[in-house]
Amino acid sequence: MSELSQLVDDALARIAAAEQPQALEDLRVELLGKSGTITAQLRSLGKLEPEQRKAQGQAINQAKGSIQQALNERREALKKQVLDQQLAAEQVDITLPGRGQEIGSLHPVTRTMNRIVKILAQMGFSVAEGPEIEDDYHNFGALNFPDHHPARAMHDTFYFGDGRLLRTHTSPVQIRVMNETQPPIRIIAPGKVYRSDSDQTHTPMFHQVEGLLVGENVAMTDLKGVLHQFVNAFFEKDLPIRFRPSYFPFTEPSAEVDVQWDKGDGSKPGWLEVLGCGMVHPNVLEAAGVDSERYTGYAWGMGVERFAMLRYGVKDLRQFFENDVRFLRQFSF
Amino acid sequence: MRFNTNWLRDWVDSGLGTDELAHRLTMAGLEVDEVAPAAEAFDGVVVAEVVSAGPHPNADRLKVCEVDAGGDRRLQIVCGAPNARVGLKAPLAMVGATLPGGFNIKAAELRGVPSQGMLCSARELGLSEDASGLMELPSDASAGADLRDYLALNDDSIEVDLTPNRGDCLSIRGIARDVAAITGGEFKDHPAVTVDPQIQETLEVNLHGSSDCARYVGRVIQGVDPTAETPLWMQEKLRRCGLRPIKPSVDVTNYVMLELGQPMHAFDRDKLTGPISVRRAVPGETLTLLDGTEASLDEEFLLITDNDRAVALGGLMGGDGTAVGDDTRNLFMEAAWFKPSTIIGRARRVGVHSDAAHRFERGVDPQLQVRAMERATELLLEIVGGQAGPIIEAVESEHLPQAASVTLRASRVNLLMGVPVDRTQVESILTGLGMSSVATDDGWEVTPPSTRFDIEREVDLIEEVARIYGYDQLPEANPGGDLPVVTEPEQLVQLGDAAARLVDLGYCEAITYSFVSPEVLKPMKGGAAEQGFPLANPLSGDMAVMRTSLIPGLLGALVQNQNRQQETVRLFETGVAFPYQGGVVSESMRIAGVAAGSRVSEQWSESRTALDFFDIKGDVESLLALTGLADEFSFARSELAYLHPGQSATVVRGEQVVGWVGALHPAWGETADVRGPVFGFELNFAGLQPSLLPKAEDLSRFPSIRRDLAFDVREDVSWQRMQQIIEETAGNLLTRLVVFDEYKGRGIPEGQKSLAFGMVLQDQNQNLTNEAADGVVEAVVSELTDQLSASLRG
Repeated sequence: MSELSQLVDDALARIAAAEQPQALEDLRVELLGKSGTITAQLRSLGKLEPEQRKAQGQAINQAKGSIQQALNERREALKKQVLDQQLAAEQVDITLPGRGQEIGSLHPVTRTMNRIVKILAQMGFSVAEGPEIEDDYHNFGALNFPDHHPARAMHDTFYFGDGRLLRTHTSPVQIRVMNETQPPIRIIAPGKVYRSDSDQTHTPMFHQVEGLLVGENVAMTDLKGVLHQFVNAFFEKDLPIRFRPSYFPFTEPSAEVDVQWDKGDGSKPGWLEVLGCGMVHPNVLEAAGVDSERYTGYAWGMGVERFAMLRYGVKDLRQFFENDVRFLRQFSF
Repeated sequence: MRFNTNWLRDWVDSGLGTDELAHRLTMAGLEVDEVAPAAEAFDGVVVAEVVSAGPHPNADRLKVCEVDAGGDRRLQIVCGAPNARVGLKAPLAMVGATLPGGFNIKAAELRGVPSQGMLCSARELGLSEDASGLMELPSDASAGADLRDYLALNDDSIEVDLTPNRGDCLSIRGIARDVAAITGGEFKDHPAVTVDPQIQETLEVNLHGSSDCARYVGRVIQGVDPTAETPLWMQEKLRRCGLRPIKPSVDVTNYVMLELGQPMHAFDRDKLTGPISVRRAVPGETLTLLDGTEASLDEEFLLITDNDRAVALGGLMGGDGTAVGDDTRNLFMEAAWFKPSTIIGRARRVGVHSDAAHRFERGVDPQLQVRAMERATELLLEIVGGQAGPIIEAVESEHLPQAASVTLRASRVNLLMGVPVDRTQVESILTGLGMSSVATDDGWEVTPPSTRFDIEREVDLIEEVARIYGYDQLPEANPGGDLPVVTEPEQLVQLGDAAARLVDLGYCEAITYSFVSPEVLKPMKGGAAEQGFPLANPLSGDMAVMRTSLIPGLLGALVQNQNRQQETVRLFETGVAFPYQGGVVSESMRIAGVAAGSRVSEQWSESRTALDFFDIKGDVESLLALTGLADEFSFARSELAYLHPGQSATVVRGEQVVGWVGALHPAWGETADVRGPVFGFELNFAGLQPSLLPKAEDLSRFPSIRRDLAFDVREDVSWQRMQQIIEETAGNLLTRLVVFDEYKGRGIPEGQKSLAFGMVLQDQNQNLTNEAADGVVEAVVSELTDQLSASLRG
């Protein structure tokens, strides 16, 4: 073995054995530096015969190349080693919870109301609003409740000393809209309503969404179609529903809508009333200045709490107004 | 209205079983609430006659009876009932019988004497609550007959929840007519009866032109048997229709009311002092009613009077003083027609339950009174005997409802229902409902029967057609018409956006009642006499006035949660508050929140720091930022007495106060029973409007320069003021200004504080030079020094 190859083997072995970047740097200087061993070899070329010089020169350059490469590789390896150690030292328990504010929650009634409004907006209904303190005319008179009619008693109204009242339904908004707009009208009125009744299944304040569509040639078949599509969209399934004749002063014909509801407890699905509806009574159209011969329409009203209870399995109506954060937080996603 | 199917069957042949009948009623608008069998399940019970009843050798209270159970059956029964006596007919549960509750009857020995069955009380058969003795059956009951057959117990009671427009269905006859129309079965109207007077006794009746009572039919019946009892068949029918049998005269009036729909009343003739009149009550007048109620009256109430006093509250209930008693021998019967509006709500006002008022307020057939009187007379004579006088009838014809015809157009039927309906089908539906119709070119002239008070317009008839046609037969159509595009204006902050932001900041949305106790408003109202707008008829003192702010409700919810061991609670609510000033109430949409406890929920990587003013202010700023016009808002030290004087601010937009934010005054927290400091805010939602439509601006391509400065200033100099001066001075070059430190204490002179801030300067059009930046800094230093006596820290 030549002196050169002995030198290379020796150098490569020492490079491989270097454990610190500084040791490696020292080696580089020792081998390839100005007065390094390999550099000295190159310098000694001048002393050789020209014909030998070329071959030996090539050999030395090759040796230099392989040493340089070994140095680079070892340097990279050491660098990686150091980084790996550092990263290992930075390890955290990735199962500890992340940092941040606990997210709050939207009230289930709001959540339900938003869902209802969104579905109906897609069907072209826009939101209309009205006051919560109403007068007798908008809450009853214009809606065709005769004075002293038993239907008024059904509404357990909260009154104020001046004869005004807390609206018992959001239907007064119908009147306000029709007073200002001519058909076609397509609105919904979501909001709070009040009735003086408080027990396990009644709270003195609750939420309703009322819908109204008035136009030409509007029929009961349209009402059935819209409400069935709405109910299916809300519950995301094809629910059997039925329309039963009923009575509301402001619609004629009137109906109540039941859905067939599976309680999921193994019992036979029963019919559950979810909303009231009907064709707008011509007295109501006329009171609001709408031509009842030319236009017909339908209206419906539904209790938001009822829909929320069915959708989210809330068993006690009163929970909606107790505002227990353990209840509210169940709706935080 | 509760009725039993056997009775209905006497009036209509529907051919339907109970369940199907109930379904069809519901689908025709007579909503069935309950179906209940007339009797619970039992079998093996027969009619038995007690043949002998002797003492029990070993027990004083027991008797050993021999009973005839029909055929050749003579059975020995041991029995403890006090009324077990020879000749009594009573139900016998034979050996092998099953009684309600699955109780099996076996042959047994009672105190050493064998007993081959059990004689039963009504309660043991589930027929009533009466357990005082054996159920006494009529003497003509034949021994051995199956009790279920004998009493027709294979029968069901149906409760229909009638809508207020269907007063016509508050009788068997009325329901039968509807069932006939619904099912196509035959309506078997019973012919009206006439009872010829046997005596000439009458009583004068004066209506004095009253419109409240347009027909009054009376009749005297003399010589009735006060000991007579209501026959079992009638008792059973009443029971199955939800009424308790009382005594024959009352039971007959109830029976006729159930059968025909005419409420009636029986007076003790001998307690009436003279002619019958009707008049309105005078304020302060009182009358003791049959049920003991002491009714205080006013001119809204109608009275039936005799010569010198009120004897009945018209349309509601008879008076106690003239009621039929145990020794009444002469009756005066009443069947009247009262105007619905004169009766409506009156029972509620005096707090009585009245089946009569329930019918009169919905409308009783004005043609029914004589017929009902004749029917009642027939029944009374049969049950209590006596002799009937002639019918007395007083009428104010012009005040009776008149049958008016209503025009019905075939085209309108089709338009409203959405399907073409055959004309003959319409006609047959109308006829089935007892309406008479005359065909015209485009439809019919229809006259409803006098029982119907709900047919005024064409739509009322269309509903009748649709109801009988079947709502479920109508197809569903897709929503039609021009589909408007629903748009939301983008330059309005939506309530939902504000809510979503607060949810992200850790707030749970609450919904509290709009009415509160005036007490909880007091801390916000100070000594002001008027609290919230008061309800005239609140449910309770806790819900007596309209809230003037959302905070008291939220505070209540916060306390409730603290009481349930929730330490850190943030709640918000959006809703209407009802400010009330100078007797005037208004509605104001608000968004409000309360927070207590820690800054963030407990977690391993954060120390537990109590919430402070700047947390809640930050939340409010997040809401204001929804407008895109945060610069328009400023905070001014609040002078609201219910807030912490040092840690609260009013939020101002331009000149307009839009709300407040800060710590609640500790005194308020104490009143509200809240634990620890509470922070809150309340904003008028209108104050967040309008918002800015985002407008993209060109981004500067040139680098920015940041300069940090710190000043000592007097403690009472607000950052807001400093900021204003810096912004005015630095002008357009200032792209960002951030305050990064506030310090008081060591190294700062007494009464001073140090505020440190960074200014990021940038030019839109060129490289900003250091010299230019220095110029801005110098100007800012000079202005702050001049205007605020601030001194630059070295």
